[in-house]
Amino acid sequence: MQTMKKIVRGAAAVLAGFLVITATPLTAYAGEYGYTYNYDYWGDVQESPDFYSVCKVFTGTDLGLETNLKSPDGIFAYGDLIYLCDSGNNRILELKRDSSEKLEVLRIIDSFEGECDVKTFSNPTDVAVSEEGDFYIADQGNARVLKLDKDLQFVRAFTKPDDNTLDPSLVFQPKKLAIDTAGRVYCIATGINKGLIKYEADGTFSGFVGATKVKFDWTDYIWKKFASQAQRAKMESFVPTEYENIFMDYEGFIYATMALNEEKASDTDCAVRKLNLMGNDILVSNGEWGVMGDLYWGSGGGYEGPSIFTDVTVMENDIYVCLDRNRGRCFGFDDQGNMVFGFGGNGNMNGYFRRPTAIDRIGHDLYVVDALDNSITVLVPTEFGQLVYNAVEQFDQGKYTESGEAWQEVMNQNGNYDLAYIGIGRSLLRQKRYKEAMEYFELKYDEDNYSKAYKQYRKEWVEDHIVIIVIVILALFLIPSGIGKYKKIKHEIDTADIFRN
Amino acid sequence: MIAITKEKYDHYLDSLKFALYCISHPLDGFWDLTHEKRGTYAAANTILFLTLLIRVMKLKYTSFIFYRVYWEDLNVFLYIASVLFPLCLWVVGNWGLTTLFDGKGRLGQVYIATCYALTPYPLIQFPLMIFSNFVTVDEAEFYSMVSAISLFWAAVLIVTAMGQIHEFSAGKNILFTVASLFAMLVMIFILMIFFSMISQGVSYFISLGKEFLFRL
Repeated sequence: MQTMKKIVRGAAAVLAGFLVITATPLTAYAGEYGYTYNYDYWGDVQESPDFYSVCKVFTGTDLGLETNLKSPDGIFAYGDLIYLCDSGNNRILELKRDSSEKLEVLRIIDSFEGECDVKTFSNPTDVAVSEEGDFYIADQGNARVLKLDKDLQFVRAFTKPDDNTLDPSLVFQPKKLAIDTAGRVYCIATGINKGLIKYEADGTFSGFVGATKVKFDWTDYIWKKFASQAQRAKMESFVPTEYENIFMDYEGFIYATMALNEEKASDTDCAVRKLNLMGNDILVSNGEWGVMGDLYWGSGGGYEGPSIFTDVTVMENDIYVCLDRNRGRCFGFDDQGNMVFGFGGNGNMNGYFRRPTAIDRIGHDLYVVDALDNSITVLVPTEFGQLVYNAVEQFDQGKYTESGEAWQEVMNQNGNYDLAYIGIGRSLLRQKRYKEAMEYFELKYDEDNYSKAYKQYRKEWVEDHIVIIVIVILALFLIPSGIGKYKKIKHEIDTADIFRN
Repeated sequence: MIAITKEKYDHYLDSLKFALYCISHPLDGFWDLTHEKRGTYAAANTILFLTLLIRVMKLKYTSFIFYRVYWEDLNVFLYIASVLFPLCLWVVGNWGLTTLFDGKGRLGQVYIATCYALTPYPLIQFPLMIFSNFVTVDEAEFYSMVSAISLFWAAVLIVTAMGQIHEFSAGKNILFTVASLFAMLVMIFILMIFFSMISQGVSYFISLGKEFLFRL
């Protein structure tokens, strides 16, 4: 009887064990990913507390407009003013940001004055405003980039570049633009893949800058060698990809995004380029993964392929936020190319997007334009996000101790956040607490910073123990030679003639 | 009784020390290993054990600068098997082939010689493992070079050892090294077929049993 009970109890325990084992993964995977996530060193998805939360979603009615927005395509923020390209309605809205929750329509710009035949817009896709208040508008339907002064007087139109490498039949379709402080215009146009079209301030075309690198591997090359003319024509040609969007940051560098080639991209490729005046890419990508957004491109919910950054915006702390139109997500990267956050998704809820087209920011607030929802979503950093920004900014300002404390608080809120550990480590490194810094770097496999800390630690250690080291080295040399000498003398004494007999 | 074990122990130590001679004088050493019976199973097993031990220890004690382990995915037994399995295949494959073509070495001798040829691995990797914890990224070149040398050395030793114990000429030796590698592939192929057949067979009987219970 006793044994019977034991067997039953044992079986029940085993059964319960099985239930636990089979039940836990179900609950773990039920929610798939949370809203906000990040990748760790190994590329595993790590859930994160929300970095941004939706403050408000503005539609045409919320803004008090008579006609609702229609497929808005571009946004430009300057000071506390926001310029929105309401492309479908051929107009540009000038909005004033009173607070995160409040936007006010100042002007509706749908026509302009001056010496020009067509004084209206046709599908304006992007707008930029200079410090003097001049408007630069990519007037796609009219094949021109317009420059208007602040009173909406026509100043100049930038037209199709006069370049004999371009196909004459190609219709000029400016898509996105950026301006620098000297009034030069950088523009992306549909069908032109030679780089950014650069115009001087006086309207002359001065060349293409920063064409994307052509990417092909040697197998393609061999295939092409053996392919017939007809086959070759069908094959994908080795041409640079067109840029998706550009953004001029506060230092005058142009951030340009492009779609990665799904088949040829490696996991260290970057979908963002940071161009200097010469058109060279100076983006720093020291992270474990390239600046590319999602690492897993398998089909999920009907979306597959790499993240396609349709827009990018750069903050004053050098963190740049990219907007992925493939999966409707926002990704933040720091100046070293590490992913700071990733959040969002495709959907109808607030904070999810259907066809995001543009992003810009005022301070730390993000403004995301959705062309299908016809809305602007305002996202504000949560307490967690604000802590991260504080930590980054304090470090940049040289307040290393405070930065370390802020990172410590970040780590308390999210123990799976690699940047927090490295941030604490870097702060300790600056405080000359090398041993502790090394521990933090080792935890998150930051070999470069670890080496920096270790080098200093080793130097200190050697300086502290120099006496012992010298003694040991001397001992290593002197003792064997001393023994040799002793043996030799002893041998000489033993074999000396006078001691014989 | 004690005298015999003492003698055995001395012989064991001698044969273990002989590994050092083998790796520095491979031609002479591996000839004597079998022909003069200087090698023992005990010493070969010890070297193999040390190799496996160092390989596992490296996971934990090498500096993270050189070696990062995704612990969630690590199975120590599979990790050990990743050495043992190719070793078994090599020994069996090499013996199976050479024995058909005038190879003088026996199965046990192939095993002993291969294990002896692994000596550089523990010998170099162990100090290197300790050393790795005292360097920075800038000094990492040295580590990877020495590490590569230990592997290359072991590989050269294995090839030389096979030539000596089978009494092959250099050309024939290289030919049979390549052939042995192919033999390993063939054996893997056969094993895979074997296991898939077994699992098919088992699943047949299981479904038969299920059907039977269903009809009952």
